[in-house]
Amino acid sequence: MSAPLLGKDLIGLEHLTREQVTAILDTAEPFKEVSERPIKKVPALRGKTIVNLFFEASTRTRISFEFAEKRLSADTVNVASAGSSVQKGETLVDTARNLEAMRIDMVVIRHGSSGAAKFLGDRIRSNVINAGDGQHEHPTQALLDLLTLRDRFGRVEGLKVCIVGDVMHSRVARSNIWGLTRLGAEVAVCGPPTLVPREFTDLGVRTFRRIEEAIEWADALNVLRLQLERMQAGFIPSLREYNRVFGVTRERLARASKDLIVLHPGPMNRGVEIDSDVADGPHSVILPQVTNGVAIRMAVLYLLAGGSPDWAAGGSDEK
Amino acid sequence: MTRPLLLRGGRVIDPANGRDQVADVLLERGTVRDVGLNLGAPDDAQVIDVAGLVVAPGLIDVHVHLREPGQEERETIATGAASAVAGGFTGICAMPNTDPVIDNQAAVGFVKAKGEAAGLARVYPIGCISVGQRGERLAEFGEMVAAGAVAVSDDGHPVMSSQLMRNALEYALTFGIPVADHCEDAPLAKGGAMHEGIVAARLGLKGIPSAAEEIHVARDCILSGLTGGHVHLCHMSTRGSVDLIRRAKEQGLKVTAEAAPHHFALTHDRVGDYDTNAKMNPPLREEEDREAIRAAIADGTIDCIATDHAPHHYDAKEREFDDAPNGIIGLETALSIALQQLVRPGLIDLSTMIERMSAAPARLWHLPGGSLGRGQVADVVVFDPDATWTVDPARIRSRSRNSPWLGEQLPGVVRWTIVGGRVVFDSQASS
Repeated sequence: MSAPLLGKDLIGLEHLTREQVTAILDTAEPFKEVSERPIKKVPALRGKTIVNLFFEASTRTRISFEFAEKRLSADTVNVASAGSSVQKGETLVDTARNLEAMRIDMVVIRHGSSGAAKFLGDRIRSNVINAGDGQHEHPTQALLDLLTLRDRFGRVEGLKVCIVGDVMHSRVARSNIWGLTRLGAEVAVCGPPTLVPREFTDLGVRTFRRIEEAIEWADALNVLRLQLERMQAGFIPSLREYNRVFGVTRERLARASKDLIVLHPGPMNRGVEIDSDVADGPHSVILPQVTNGVAIRMAVLYLLAGGSPDWAAGGSDEK
Repeated sequence: MTRPLLLRGGRVIDPANGRDQVADVLLERGTVRDVGLNLGAPDDAQVIDVAGLVVAPGLIDVHVHLREPGQEERETIATGAASAVAGGFTGICAMPNTDPVIDNQAAVGFVKAKGEAAGLARVYPIGCISVGQRGERLAEFGEMVAAGAVAVSDDGHPVMSSQLMRNALEYALTFGIPVADHCEDAPLAKGGAMHEGIVAARLGLKGIPSAAEEIHVARDCILSGLTGGHVHLCHMSTRGSVDLIRRAKEQGLKVTAEAAPHHFALTHDRVGDYDTNAKMNPPLREEEDREAIRAAIADGTIDCIATDHAPHHYDAKEREFDDAPNGIIGLETALSIALQQLVRPGLIDLSTMIERMSAAPARLWHLPGGSLGRGQVADVVVFDPDATWTVDPARIRSRSRNSPWLGEQLPGVVRWTIVGGRVVFDSQASS
């Protein structure tokens, strides 16, 4: 077996190389097939113990990780903040040390504070996978977005991808910007200036003020969820106006000179950032994203556990 | 009564009296008896050979948090005063945001009495501007001044009401005390964890824009003009603030300002991957801001260096960045950081450094010291500007260790600190 492809943890895509990102995507390819079998299980992580430590509500990401873990034959425990000692005032570092004392192998963490995944990774020996930390990164989401783009276009390099909506508060946006630029895509952002920090231009990203311009330019739109609290905090006047000015609608897509695809990390606010007939229509790759999510998470778990990409491609059928 | 003390043959740097020369300094009965060449030692005098060292008026810090009463696990007045003298400070002004806050004469008296009992650096209480620091009505400035308060401040909280700030500046005129303001537009800064800029954007942390500080700096300058009151601007961190202060001074307004070592030494890049010892308020800013603060210290737009010494228990900083408290300790590293960042690169000379860290704060806040003139209090620091030391957590006198300079080698070793003619710190006696 060659040297581990990734480090101990997967905190974000910012510090990954193009080769590492590509290898994760390549490793996910054979794992896609596992989920299509009648018996959806390989023994790659048999005997490994994984804790899914979710300090924030999550349905999709948590279930996706759990399926990935189970299809790799790992033993898993879910800890949600409502039932954890965090509710009793325990600090993150104490929670981590207690888990470590139970001799676990991996932690998948979702946390409301930016930096929480790195904080945990720096303090325990187990592998840590970031399933979303505050507004910082959500690397497996961006990886599954990249895989979905690659499935559709056969490549990511040279694609024009515009991230639409509440970029400022989005960990999905940040991870996508790093992943896409690493693979040579052109990246733009579009949204109300109150939700698109000016600093993002310094990250090598162009900005569109109007959604119509973004649609005209892009090969793919990644439409972010608009949290209702953004309206309460005064970033936008109303959801209705948001849909009118920035919503991804069928009419706007119909006026574009080329076909483009629409991604959404979910959960969707139909009629706000995306109209139902777009979400359910031919432009949408939203459900393929979800399918790819399981394969990507299997790949990440497998690689962090020390597996090699070659073995995943050639050997996962053998046992 | 302590014996007379003769400091023989040091380089005496005393900007208040325009002195920078090798000379002897004789301290007697708590005051400076004489400064000159080849002074005779009284019979009972203790003589210390300080050749090769700098002898200067003791450093004075107008902005420290001593945490007592209420947060003694972080610092006490005694441990803070011990930290001060280890850093060469002979006078420190204690901010009133303790628990309970220092907003009445009894509380002011408590701080003063604790400081005197410690018998190290002189501890000057600062009283609150508003009762309970709630920003609603004025605290009793007169009674607090009578009990020993040297200034008023709601530091930790900005004075959001311009009407209250106006009243504070006017009312303070009676007592001749500065009103020290923590400049921050609260709604604009709300929820911010670091400077709003590229690093915050990258880390996904909510930023505090420079405008949050500058809006209040502008307002305070305008209100100083309206009232004739003395506004002292705490911990200035942005280039925009520097421009506003410069303009206010050109207009002859009674505006003074301080800057903290971390703001002229570090930038927001220091946050790195969520280092909570780089989390403070105001936050570390950009390189252009750092340059502007340095230039403003050099040209006097910023009058003095103050540490904003802010002790925190280690496990309070050992948390998610959003939840970690603001601030770092600074008393034991301030002199070294000033030497490293300002003197060694040639921005200011040693005499100007002593001016900004001793003479200016004494003059502007009407405090004893800051001068080695005959008859002045015998508060003196003796240090070696060329020697280096390593910031060893085990040797820090403060009760807290929250410093971004742990483990670093810094220039400038404090050899002796003398308060009222008495040696209160001797680097080779204490460990």
